[in-house]
Amino acid sequence: MTEGQVWEALAEIPDPEIPPISIVDLGVVRDVSVENGRVHVEFTPTFLGCPALEVMRDQMAERIRKLGAEPDVEVVLDDSWSTDRITPEGRAKLRASGFAPPSPREAGGPKLVQLQARAFKCPYCGSKETRLENIFGPTPCRSVRYCESCRQPFEQFKTI
Amino acid sequence: MSERAQQLLEIADDELILGWRNSEWTGIAPFLEEDVAFSSIAQNEIGHARALYQLVAEELGTTADELAFDRKPEEYRCSRFVELRLVPDWARTIARHCLYEQADEERIKALTASDDERVAGLAAKIDREEAYHRMHAQMWFDRLQDEPQFLEALEELRPLVVERGEHLPEFEQLWEEMTEVRRSFAGATW
Repeated sequence: MTEGQVWEALAEIPDPEIPPISIVDLGVVRDVSVENGRVHVEFTPTFLGCPALEVMRDQMAERIRKLGAEPDVEVVLDDSWSTDRITPEGRAKLRASGFAPPSPREAGGPKLVQLQARAFKCPYCGSKETRLENIFGPTPCRSVRYCESCRQPFEQFKTI
Repeated sequence: MSERAQQLLEIADDELILGWRNSEWTGIAPFLEEDVAFSSIAQNEIGHARALYQLVAEELGTTADELAFDRKPEEYRCSRFVELRLVPDWARTIARHCLYEQADEERIKALTASDDERVAGLAAKIDREEAYHRMHAQMWFDRLQDEPQFLEALEELRPLVVERGEHLPEFEQLWEEMTEVRRSFAGATW
């Protein structure tokens, strides 16, 4: 078995909360290594309190077992995952599903004035006439915004 | 227990108990958006507690669940400040939220400079998430800063932020509720 085969298999696992995007698109698989039929995966959580964390970990382990290898999924608790790691394909899939992709990470972290600025694009009509409704949304990784142009609420990925 | 384990446990216990207290607003917050926001903040705090417990658990040869749920009440190191049961007083709840986020920012930022790579890495991640809690606290502060009820609550709670020691009487009930599953079914996991 090659590392490429493992990556391909993991790319078939949907994000449990946003199924159109895979966990590889999401950028949470940091590293894959194969040695003597044992597959080591380094996996970084999006948010530490994300309830999808265990689901993703178990699904990866199951997928690797199906390939006939012994999984060893390590959850890495550091700052190495950022929304900047979402792939360009992942961002396009998010947009197509009605989620506005995150803006790039900046030094010093996000500021309230930025979120309140009219700089975020509506994923439905492309207008920037959108306002912050709620910093928090249905999952830790999302905020809720409202588009004044097409009058649609939409979910904005938080920059992390 | 090492100084590192003691320090991390203190923070983890604060986050777990505050997360628990904040979650008591789920379903009854003043309006729907706030219900979503405060529940989400509670979820994040408990997530931070879990990750911190995990670091300590590796050092002590135990598990995050055992640290979170299998200790005796007197073994928890949380501050009395987070133990306060403030439902249904929203002004005091938001005052605690503002004061806590301020104090928490300082200690988490200090940890990001730790010589221990894993502690520093985890603290950096926690700090990124906490940035959104701080924004939320700031929005409420701006909104309530002229309200006497809120200002009184800030004055009342400010001296308690760092107070540790014997638990408040209301901690006992929280502990009983929180550990009930593990006490009924040994080894139950999150």
